[in-house]
Amino acid sequence: MKDSVAERKYQAVVLGTSAGGINALAFLFSQLGEDFSLPVLVTKHIGLNDDRGMLRVLSRQSTLPVKVAKDKHRIQPGTIYLAPAGYHMLVEENDTVSLNLEAPIAHSRPSIDVLFQSAASVYGPSLVAVILTGANRDGADGIRTVKAFGGTTIAQCPRSAEMGVMPKASLDTGCIDYLMTLEEIPAYLDGISCV
Amino acid sequence: MIESCTVAELEQLELNLLLKTIQERYGHDFNDYARASMIRRVKKYMETMGVSHISDLIPLFLHDGRAFHRFVKSLSVVVTEMFRDPDVFKTLREEVVPVLKTYPFIKIWHAGCASGQEVYSMAILLEEEGILDRCQIYATDFNDDALKTAKKGIYQAENIALYEKNYRLSGGSRELSDYWVSLYDAIKINSRLMEKVTFANHNLVTDGVFGEMNLVMCRNVLIYFNEQLQDRALNLIDESLCPRGFLCIGRRENLKFSQIRKNLEDVSNRLRIYRKCIS
Repeated sequence: MKDSVAERKYQAVVLGTSAGGINALAFLFSQLGEDFSLPVLVTKHIGLNDDRGMLRVLSRQSTLPVKVAKDKHRIQPGTIYLAPAGYHMLVEENDTVSLNLEAPIAHSRPSIDVLFQSAASVYGPSLVAVILTGANRDGADGIRTVKAFGGTTIAQCPRSAEMGVMPKASLDTGCIDYLMTLEEIPAYLDGISCV
Repeated sequence: MIESCTVAELEQLELNLLLKTIQERYGHDFNDYARASMIRRVKKYMETMGVSHISDLIPLFLHDGRAFHRFVKSLSVVVTEMFRDPDVFKTLREEVVPVLKTYPFIKIWHAGCASGQEVYSMAILLEEEGILDRCQIYATDFNDDALKTAKKGIYQAENIALYEKNYRLSGGSRELSDYWVSLYDAIKINSRLMEKVTFANHNLVTDGVFGEMNLVMCRNVLIYFNEQLQDRALNLIDESLCPRGFLCIGRRENLKFSQIRKNLEDVSNRLRIYRKCIS
């Protein structure tokens, strides 16, 4: 296969999670290398006013700078962007994020599907999408789209996840490339960031 | 070489052709709308039509004006609530309204009012502050269907608990239910509030300056535009503000790159409330 994962040039990582996600993200961000060079876009289901608390916790743990995304924020390498409470976060083709107020998906705004699908449209095969712990099936359609656009997909092993429903739903699509424990994910991401 | 076209590239190409078709056939220019949201709307519409490619919409829109009209209608469907971001309304109440009270006549423009919940939230706030009678509220949108919904002032009752919570957090001290009539599973805003609102079609993309406003509310409208179009709209809004007028945009919107930022001083940058400097 010409386009082997080893020589593929990745441009971005998207992460989706809900219940149990703060702990999982805090661990993951504490383990990423300080020279991690890809932007990381994160949709974590949160209540209407909870993004500042999440930002505080994750900033403390993370080796990389963490920001709550604003509309038309330029996407910088080695930076983590969190979807703000109450908005969907999307990726635009000129390397900016945008926000919108379309209806919640699976009762959630921000929605993982919205982030993943828009990122797939922009990055195609240069995207890695990761589904972590969570309690509903948001993200499964997104994983399907990422795969259809040639990207790489990872699910946290449902049995090792705090809540297995979300990674299981993604796994059930048949579109997951790699099943990993939470502990295995940072090393994999560090690996593709160096290529 | 056709084989080297990725799915993503093909999708962009199809979207470009579709937007060009729309522009030539109907004169609507959606090229400077934020792409990612546009793709979602297009795909959602494709689902309802049961077609599998964006380009399938080209012949449809060329020949079927109604189908196109339904698509345009879907473009401005936003899901929002009364008193969204209560702390914004609290600051409007505490810091902007006292200034507005010093004027004999007050003009307020909701640019991109969509289904109108925010317009009525504002009317309630002004009523409680005792200045609604001195206010003229203009609520505009480019979408006639959205205007129709806003004009009716009828909303589903299922969100009442959230509206009431927001209202209390915004500093409201009465019963929010005083401002509407309950109709089974819906509520209808009191006509007293509706009388002070003028609804009109206005397109931030193509239309011009809109009066001399004391306050412009344009929250979560600019997010649907790309940077160029945002700049155009913001300039238009700036020109529509009277000297020392106020502007309020969405919590997560960004003025940083706009030319008009230098004309504005902060009331609260965190809440995106600004006041025009004396030029």
